[in-house]
Amino acid sequence: MTRMVPTIGARKRRATAARQHLGSPRRSNRRSWVGLGFVAPFLSVFALVFVAPIAYSGYLSLYRTRLIGGTTFVGVQNYADVFGDTHFWSALARVALFLLVQVPIMLVLALAVALAVDSGRLYGAGVFRLSIFLPYAVPAVVAVLMWGFLYGPQFGLVAGLNRTYGWSIPNPLGPDLVLASIGNVVTWSYVGYNMLIFFSALRVVPLALYEAAAVDGASPWRVIWHVKLPAIRGSLVIATIFSIIGSFQLFNEPAILRPLAMNAITTDYTPNLYAYFLSFSGQQYNYAATVAIVMGAFTMVIAYLVQLRGMRGMGDR
Amino acid sequence: MTGTRRSPLLTGLTGIVFVYSLLPLVWLVINATKSQEGLLASFGLWFADDFSLWQNITQTLTYDDGVFLLWLRNTVLYVVIGAGGATALATLGGYGLARFDFPGKRAVFAVVIGAVAVPGTALAVPTFLLFSKLGLTNTPWSVIIPSLVTPFGLYLMWTFSAEAIPVDLIEAARIEGAGELRIFTRICLPLLGPGIVTVLLFSAVATWNNYFLPLIMLKDPSWYPLPVGLDTWNSQAATAGGEAVFNLVITGSLLTVVPLVATFLLLQRYWVSGLAAGAIKD
Repeated sequence: MTRMVPTIGARKRRATAARQHLGSPRRSNRRSWVGLGFVAPFLSVFALVFVAPIAYSGYLSLYRTRLIGGTTFVGVQNYADVFGDTHFWSALARVALFLLVQVPIMLVLALAVALAVDSGRLYGAGVFRLSIFLPYAVPAVVAVLMWGFLYGPQFGLVAGLNRTYGWSIPNPLGPDLVLASIGNVVTWSYVGYNMLIFFSALRVVPLALYEAAAVDGASPWRVIWHVKLPAIRGSLVIATIFSIIGSFQLFNEPAILRPLAMNAITTDYTPNLYAYFLSFSGQQYNYAATVAIVMGAFTMVIAYLVQLRGMRGMGDR
Repeated sequence: MTGTRRSPLLTGLTGIVFVYSLLPLVWLVINATKSQEGLLASFGLWFADDFSLWQNITQTLTYDDGVFLLWLRNTVLYVVIGAGGATALATLGGYGLARFDFPGKRAVFAVVIGAVAVPGTALAVPTFLLFSKLGLTNTPWSVIIPSLVTPFGLYLMWTFSAEAIPVDLIEAARIEGAGELRIFTRICLPLLGPGIVTVLLFSAVATWNNYFLPLIMLKDPSWYPLPVGLDTWNSQAATAGGEAVFNLVITGSLLTVVPLVATFLLLQRYWVSGLAAGAIKD
């Protein structure tokens, strides 16, 4: 990656710092406006669907619309309200709990399968790799519908087992278990995707590292701990960050499961569900925009902290 | 690594995850063969006495004046224009970032990496408000335009372009006097194949599976994509007094899943290598 060829001229040298920072190569990069021409189509749509909505919701969050009196500027009043809103905090606490339990389970499972498939000790490794990945291709709606039927009291698997064997498995859609049931759907959908990310990273671990470990007579467990895991650390951090973002924006699964579990899944079940119902049932667009901004800022801070923590000491080994 | 002994124990343990991953899909296939009555009367993981798959498919395709086919057409439209456009923009942009220096490149990098961390669902409500100001809501464009941008796809094509295109080849073409656009289309595009397939496949899945965005953008059911349509059937069946069409929900789900699963299986050679190339940079 740092195959830097000696360059001539101050023009090139000035670009070097930026290039090293960006991790992009090499000698024939031309400093010109042509490159911008290639990037411009992406950037213009990006401005319309990323930058403009963020700016617009920032604007909205500073105003308030009342039936009487119309729209008025209220400064940071909406933000103050969000921070004092118990609905918001209970929703945030719920996704935080979800994150602390579901994300580790999913990632450890994904990592275990990736290591098993990569070990070369499985019969039919290719079949495992592909089958476990398949749920990723299933739309969230279909995933929730399938699991909802399996959970359900009517012709679900749980009900069938209870009826047939006289068991008393508690209702997975009741208030106590519904968060775990949602976690199971999310785990099912993404365990294979994360497994494939880890597996792809394991495939490009330099062979020399394994050879060195073999010369030292290292056991398979020691190879995993001291060679494989450090080598794929970048992928582990990225998968963790994406999972954290996914947890904070939890919406699809509870929203689709709601008709089956009306009592358990309230309109303020997750921050995103709360923002959704605020805008589309309550017409409180200004307040919903504020909730969205606070959640976005919150997510980015947490993702950034994880990245700092995860990348710390990466040059040590 | 070769030469290691295969382990039945490890295979068995991985087999548990294998069963977990396939169990709901097996359930879906089995239950798509049951009529509405059979669904209620039989055990979930085995077939009912009647075999109604073909009736179910016919009924799914014709129910409510064939609205399912309309949803399928919409989904295909959104995927072809949305995911196809997203892949084109990501490929052009990734190539431009990997092969040129230009003023403001660092800013582009910072903004796009930041965008990966912005929760998509948090963007959806503001995007809806903005689009309704522009009069775009309840049109296909309201679903297609946001699908055109994939920061992750741009990042993947950027790393892929940096790895897959030999610098000397471009240098030689420039000495020959070829224009930049010609160099890109004739020389570089063929080399980017696996990366393009990977980005195309993953944005196609994202667009095909998109639920939240069309849910808030569209009011008219004749513009719904499949996931939103299936959800309305399911809500209808769950509502007291609504016609119970669970057999259609299940069969419709199966018909929604099959094309994507088939595509992944057929193209696995390409996207597995594309993902592996993306992992090199970690």
